[in-house]
This record gives sequence, structure tokens and C-alpha cells, in this order.
Amino acid sequence: MEERGIGMAVIEAGLSQNSWLLLNIKSVIEKWMSKSSAQTMVQAEGFVDRRDTDDRRDARPTVVDKSNGQEAVRLGLFQKPVDEVVKWGRQYSIWPLPFGTACCAIEFMAVVSSVFDISRFGAELVRFSPRQADLLFVAGTVSYKQTPILKRIYEQMCEPKWVIAMGACASSGGFYNNYSTLQGIDIVIPVDVYIPGCPPRPDGILHALIKLQEKIKKS
Amino acid sequence: MESSIAIKKLKEHFPAEIASESCFRGDDTVIIKRERIVDIMRFLKTDKELSFNMLMDIAGADYLGREPRFEVVYNLYSLPTKMRLRVKVQVPENDPSIDSITGVWKAVNWFEREAYDMFGIKFRNHPSLRRILCHDEFVGHALRKDYPLSKGQWLSGVYDPRGTIPVKEGDSIKAVSESKDMKSKLLTLNLGPSHPAMHGCFRVVLELDGETIVHATPEIGYLHRVFEKSVEKGTYNQAIPYTDRLNYCSPLLNNVGYCLAVEKLIGVEIPERAKYIRVIVSEISRIMDHLVCLAASAVDLGALTNFWYFFNAREKLTDIVEKLCGARLTNNYTRVGGLSHDLYDGFKEETLAALKFMMQAIDDVMRLLERNRIFIDRTRGVGALSPEDAIEYGWTGPCLRACGVNYDVRKAHPYYHYDEFDFEIPLGENGDTYDRFMVRVEEMRQSKRIIEQALERIPPGPVKIDDRRYVLPEKKDVYTNIEGLMNHFMLIMEGLKVPQGEAYGFVEGGNGELGFYVVSDGTGKPYRVKVRPPCFAIYQAYPKLIEGRLIADAIAVMGSLNIIAGELDR
Repeated sequence: MEERGIGMAVIEAGLSQNSWLLLNIKSVIEKWMSKSSAQTMVQAEGFVDRRDTDDRRDARPTVVDKSNGQEAVRLGLFQKPVDEVVKWGRQYSIWPLPFGTACCAIEFMAVVSSVFDISRFGAELVRFSPRQADLLFVAGTVSYKQTPILKRIYEQMCEPKWVIAMGACASSGGFYNNYSTLQGIDIVIPVDVYIPGCPPRPDGILHALIKLQEKIKKS
Repeated sequence: MESSIAIKKLKEHFPAEIASESCFRGDDTVIIKRERIVDIMRFLKTDKELSFNMLMDIAGADYLGREPRFEVVYNLYSLPTKMRLRVKVQVPENDPSIDSITGVWKAVNWFEREAYDMFGIKFRNHPSLRRILCHDEFVGHALRKDYPLSKGQWLSGVYDPRGTIPVKEGDSIKAVSESKDMKSKLLTLNLGPSHPAMHGCFRVVLELDGETIVHATPEIGYLHRVFEKSVEKGTYNQAIPYTDRLNYCSPLLNNVGYCLAVEKLIGVEIPERAKYIRVIVSEISRIMDHLVCLAASAVDLGALTNFWYFFNAREKLTDIVEKLCGARLTNNYTRVGGLSHDLYDGFKEETLAALKFMMQAIDDVMRLLERNRIFIDRTRGVGALSPEDAIEYGWTGPCLRACGVNYDVRKAHPYYHYDEFDFEIPLGENGDTYDRFMVRVEEMRQSKRIIEQALERIPPGPVKIDDRRYVLPEKKDVYTNIEGLMNHFMLIMEGLKVPQGEAYGFVEGGNGELGFYVVSDGTGKPYRVKVRPPCFAIYQAYPKLIEGRLIADAIAVMGSLNIIAGELDR
């Protein structure tokens, strides 16, 4: 029964976009484990924390504590498969926020449409609310006037979040080296994947998405 | 010659005000003194014989080192007589001010704000003279020749575009809310710039009474990419890639428009084959523009299926364009003096097949929408504008024709043999969202007719003029003989030399009259290029269209206007 419970929870976590759900699940697991202390545990000596993203900054042991190792080992043991499944889920259910400002947005529309069909990669559900999205697709030129808005939208997104800079303008300002254009969005927000091109072909956008999925998997 | 009537009449009525007059490449220009500008403009508009009822454009210009340093250029157009007149006023550097003509045409407001923002020309009695393209914290005036091109200025935070409106102004929000004593009831809602229906870069601050819009303040300039200053730094041909990114839904139309303006300034005629090809690519581009507009505006109304149908058709056309130019979106196909290269083999068959597919898509979508209760209820009578107002605001293109005004550059001022093609101009009746949608649909069908005729009639021959002053030599000449090599070197390094003067070239763009006002000082680089963006004039009327209606209507209207940020903000 308990195993099935965890399995359900994990799937839910994988499909959900919100990190608070993940935290909930963690606490569920912890509670469950404290109840079923009779379970036999395998010592995982070599376990080292793989990742410390912002959503999991809260107390989490990174090295096995011999004196009081029971708790930490338990956590580590379950953390790994849970993490893997969560990552798998995140990887194939990216919800992008298209911050489309210019020509690139038209190409983004082409990617969403049926010929190129971004839904083959599990990222077709575009959300225009930053609270519901986990991938910021900056498609187009960002001017200094637009910069505070971009920053605010990035800050409003929940962790974990990723950013793709689509096209030359978002990556570096492109051939708009002038008083109005921000010379690359990485000056103000972190970027995970850059796509070259002015604008990039839809294939390039899909390639970037695959790269991002690899990054999520490795993270 | 016809237009000199205007100048003659001006001389009669305002003999002391005319400083000089000229006619260059068919463009009548008159330079007047600034004191009585309002009277002169009102005369030009109201005189029965002249009736310049449209203000097409106001351009600022900076002639650094000359006194008076600045120039304000008004481009007027008369619908009944089809005359054009360029009125220039020179203003000195120490007192760069001139009376505002906002009372004469409704279109003036934003154009004057732009001239103020870019050149610091102060328009006296302007209702709210504030920056429009640059942000509020910007210091200096960007298009002045002594402002460095790449000197960026940071903005500290998002600001309220209404903040600087003077309270005394009659239609400002504070005044509205106070006069009607509903200050406590009005709710401020910020729409955009990152909003699905605001297409990326538009921001409107709405004052709501319940769900009804009482007042709307649009803020633009979020995609200001400095087209006009950037092209001054390169040669004439180097400006063509920048034109791609003006109206990025129909880049080829921009290419054609810009090259047409420069060729007019030079005074060359391109070969027949190039003309026909330009017609074909223009119309393909127009269809693609309308497909994006209709697909997006249908999505805004919740009709997602149409988006798939239209984008499938658009992909077919994109493939053709890509095969022709090498790029899907930013085509960069035309050159001053012709085209970069000829059509490829099999272009005709592929285009006809794609057009057939497009017609099928239109039929599919029309079956879904034409008698769709929801669609009709959301669009009929929504955002209607009267023909008089549309002309006042300087509307052109499908939006103007939806109001029932028959003005299409292709018919009124035919270029590239448009007068020889058999096609019709669809007109609307009510000027509402529904009419704008349907006019665009019908225009696509007419464009198809034009393309088919052009493909039939296209003659063989060269696609560039044979003039080594303007057009690059063949590659084999560059590699084998010294003349070709030097010729190539000079054209690349210094650019083609355009004779001193100025011209206004215009085509029917995707959204209306797309004009380029090009000033040359005789060197290889343009001195000043001013785009006449159709969207700029159309979007200015947006508050008028949505005030008194629901928020949902604002979205429907926005989609049907097809405002393209790249062109609006340049």
C-alpha cells in the first residue's frame, strides 16, 4: 500500500509544475518513513547530494551521518529515485512562457503550429502567466524599456525555472547595437540555452528544447 | 505638375510665409516659415480645391552644422485629388519650437510626440508632449546627429505611462475620473506588455468602471530598435536587412518599399522582369501577413482551430520564400536596382500549388467562422470607426478599407504595372472588427489573382539594371578582371552614390501605406530615412475604438488591427 502511495505521489510530482507540491511530497515521504521504521534499509555509504536547487535548500543532509545515520540514509535512499522520476516528469512536461517581442515570436508561432509541432516534445502548453510556467522563452529583441518587465516576469516564475534566449537579439543584441537595445538578456537574467539565428529556424528551437531537456536530466 | 496648384494657392493666400518651393522626382515640396503653420495647415486641409484630408507623416530631421538646424517635415495627402505635398518648416537650434497642429488632424498627436522624443523639437500647445518611443528616464534626444548610436540608458523600473499627463488636459484620466466623480469607482488595470493578446510589446493602461473601459492609455516603444539611426551608419544596401525587421510578418513588402524609394531618389527604372517578380513576392508577402493576422486574431477570440489551418497554409508559402531567398522570415531579397537573384526553376508550379492550398485553408476557416454565432457576436459592431474619423487618424490599408474608404496605393498610385492586373479592392461597410477580418480574407483571394496573372505575364530578361554605379558586378568579373574587382570594392566599401535630394516612396504594405522618406546628401550613406509606418497611425485610434466597451472587446479589436510592433516602434 505504502509503495503504491509513493508511486502516485511521485507521478504527481513529476507532472506538476510547482515546487511546493514537491516539498509536500517530500514531507509526505518523511512522515511515511517515520511511521514505518521497521522497514529494512540498505546502507548507502557513497551517497552524495547531487543537486541543491533553490527549492530544496531547506534542511537536507548531504553526507551520511554515522552516529545518527538512519534518518539521512533513509532520505538519501528514496531521494534518488524520486529525483529521477521528478526530473523525467519535468523534462517532458515543460510549460513555456513565450516572452515574444519581435520577429522570433512569429517563428515561435510556427513551432507551435502543426508542421513543426512542439507538442511532440511535451512543451506545447504555453502559459502566459509566469506563475504557471517553468520555461521562459525570450523570443525577440529586448529593449531597455522592456528590461524591468522581463526581470519582473523572471522573478515571478516559480522554481525550478529555465530560460531560453531565442535568436541573436535575445542572446547578444544581434545587429541592433544601439541606444535602445539590451545587449543580451544574460545581463539581467540567467540563461540556460542560447539559440543562434535571426530568427532561428523552427528546427533550431526544437534542438534547443532537446538540449534543455538533457540539461534537466543531468541536473 | 498637377500638385503645383497647391503651391500656387499657398502663394496666393500666404505670400509672406513661403520661404521656397521645389519639385524633385515628382515630389512637391514647400518650405514655409513657422509662425503661421497652424493657419496654413488648416487652409490646406479645408480648401475645397486642395482638401489635403490626410496627414501621412511628420518627420523630424537634424542638419547638424547648418542653421537653422532642425526641420519638421509634414507629408500631406489628398484623397479626392490624389495630390501629395511635403511641407517643411525649419527651426533653429537655440529655440527648437513650433506651434502644434494637433487641432487640425487627429493623427498629429503621436507623430509630434515622436519628433519631440527623437529630436527635441517642442510643439507648443500640444496636449501631452512627452516621450513616446524612448523611456521616461532617457536623457537627450536620440536621433540627433550628435547623440552616439550605441549609448544605452537603463530604466530603473516599470513606470505608469499616465504619470506625466497634465491634469488640466481635458481627456486625461485624472480629469475624467474627477469630473465624473467616480474616482473611487474606477479600477486601473494594466494590460501588457507581456500579455497573450497584446502580441508581445503593447501596453495599455485601462481605467475600468466595472468591466467597461472608461479610459485607455496606450504606451508604445517597447520594441524600439532604432531603425532610422542604424541605417544612417551603413550604405543604402545595408539598410535592406533592417527593413526586413520592420513589419516582420511581411518582410518582402518592406524590402520592395525601401528599394522603390531609393530608386525613385536615384531616378532609375528597374527591368521589367524585376518588376513582375517584385509584384509576385509582394503579394505572397501580403498573404502571409494576413494569414498571421487572421490566425492570431482568431486565437484571441478563442478559435484555435483556425490557427492550425492558416499556419499550415503559411508554411507552404514560407517554404517557397525560403527556397527563393534562403531565409524563412528575414528575406533580404531586393537590392537597389533590382533583385539579388532570379526566381528558381519550378517557382511557378510550387507557388500555384501553395496558393491552391491557401484557398483551401481559407475555405476551411470560413466554414468555421462565417456563420459562427460566437465569432459574429464578438466581432460585429465591435470597435467600429467612421470613415471620416479613419481619414482623420491617417488610417490606410485594410483597416481604412473596412471603413468603406476606397484607398489602395496599388489602385490610386499604381506602381510596377499594378494598373494592368485585374483585381478588386474589397471594401467594408461598418468599419468594425468583422469587416476588418473579412476585408483581409478577401484581399488574400485578390492577391492570389494578382500572383497568377503576374506569373503568366512575367517576361524573360535580367533582374537588375545594368549600371555599374549601383549594382554589383557578376562574380566572374570580380574574380577575373581588375575593373570588376575595383567596382565591387567601391560599391561594398563606399556604397552606391545617391544624388543629393529627397524623395518619398510608398507602397501598399500589409497594413496600409508603407512609405520611406529618404534624404540623401550625395554620399554612399543615407542622411535620413523616415519610415511612414501604417501601424503607428492605426494604433493611435485604439483608445477611441475601445473606450466604452468591455475588456474582451479590446482584445478582439487589437487582433483585427494587426499592429506589428517592429513597424510601430521601429
